[in-house]
Amino acid sequence: MNEALLRSLTPSVLAILVRRGADFAAAEDAVQDALVEAVRVWPADQPRDPKGWLVTVAWRRFLDATRADTARRRREDLADEEPAPGPAPAVDDTLQLYFLCSHPSLTPSSAVALTLRAVGGLTTRQIAEAYLVPEATMAQRISRAKRTVSTVRFDQPGDVATVLRVLYLVFNEGYSGDVDLAAEAIRLTRQLAAGIDHPEVAGLLALMLLHHARRAARTAPDGSLVPLAEQDRGRWDTGAIAEGVEILQRALARDRLGEFQAQAAIAALHADAPTAEETDWVQIVEWYDELAGLTDSPVVRLNRAVAVGEADGPRAGLAALAELTDSLPRHTAVAAYLHERDGDLETAAHLYAEAAGKAPNLAERDHLTRQAARLNARLRG
Amino acid sequence: MAKYLLLKHYRGAPAPVNDICMDQWTPQEISDHVQFMNDFAARLEKTGEFVEGLALAPEGTWVRYDGEGRPPVTDGPFAETKDLIAGWMVIDVDTYERALELAGELSAAPGAGGKPIHEWLELRPLLTAHPTVTE
Repeated sequence: MNEALLRSLTPSVLAILVRRGADFAAAEDAVQDALVEAVRVWPADQPRDPKGWLVTVAWRRFLDATRADTARRRREDLADEEPAPGPAPAVDDTLQLYFLCSHPSLTPSSAVALTLRAVGGLTTRQIAEAYLVPEATMAQRISRAKRTVSTVRFDQPGDVATVLRVLYLVFNEGYSGDVDLAAEAIRLTRQLAAGIDHPEVAGLLALMLLHHARRAARTAPDGSLVPLAEQDRGRWDTGAIAEGVEILQRALARDRLGEFQAQAAIAALHADAPTAEETDWVQIVEWYDELAGLTDSPVVRLNRAVAVGEADGPRAGLAALAELTDSLPRHTAVAAYLHERDGDLETAAHLYAEAAGKAPNLAERDHLTRQAARLNARLRG
Repeated sequence: MAKYLLLKHYRGAPAPVNDICMDQWTPQEISDHVQFMNDFAARLEKTGEFVEGLALAPEGTWVRYDGEGRPPVTDGPFAETKDLIAGWMVIDVDTYERALELAGELSAAPGAGGKPIHEWLELRPLLTAHPTVTE
């Protein structure tokens, strides 16, 4: 059975139920029930009109649930009037769902969970596994999120920027469990890009594709991190790179630069270099300057220091780094790298070991410890 | 079945036999060590004895309540405290002897020179919420 098809239909089915007058929370539960039913029934008997099937089953579930809820007469009245079949797939409705699920009243973690369930069609269990929390916790997070947005009107225009932030959060989580969150984020962003003509949506999609293209090369067979300069570029996904670059070029041509387009441009310059040595660092620094003008994120300025170190030499990089507070995440790791490039192996080894102690995850910690070990071995040898 | 916590310490445990700081190992020795730890957890998953494993960052903060309407008092990083937990693994095994056996195997993780670290691990039984039927 085509699970991707099933999940891609989720938002439009949900939107049809909401258009028919079902409240969002109840409709969302009904659609989840219909998805579970589809997973059970479709392998033996795939309907000719999958979406129509889902709408019918979900609507019936919604009616059943509403009728069972005898205390709520108003809903029952509504349910007794069987409406005409919903309108053809309205792209706008799917878009409204994205806005609703990333509504500013939601916390980031709630928005992420709600988006994955209501727009992505994932089950609560899958989302819980992906974020390594108990299923009951994730179920609570989702139902609280649904309550939070219950008074939001479905036809209010939303802010694309908040949707993009949520999708970017999903993408950056990587993956654990059986759900590949990065791939899921790409799917959802692609779906969004199909429904809205917006250069930053295109920019985010391009950025994700260009990063994702390098994924296979990013880890060694033993699971350790491989830095960009040491990656086997033959293992980069050229199809994803070509698609990302094309999407980016079309977005940039509209001359409405934004954060994600600028980040994608930097990723594209890396992807474009046949070898690490041939990277156009001067242009990358220029893009970081653009990016720094668009956001005051200190992370951008930290990455810029690395790029300056490559373009103008490690001393220039260290000078750029000195302007930033050393409490920034990865500041010590960047300092270690620049000192090594500058030939000061002793300082670099010391800083790598210190950076390992501050690493936010195991993969980076092990990588930084290995860097310290590598330099210490050279210093001994 | 009974659950046990295997505690690994950054500091506070007696010194291991093969006591060389990790950044003085070779990169390959570090890779071998990481591989050993991953394999160990994977093997216990297969035998149905693995519950969870987590690593902790070395730096933390002491926090306590400071009265109604006041922000909590914080202190730290706690460089001077004697004990520092590095991480843990929870296992669910049939007997105490099995728990000892597994802790012994984990303590044999390779370190500098490819030799076992002989690291001291702390084995702590988890308390169940209710008495079991056999008790």
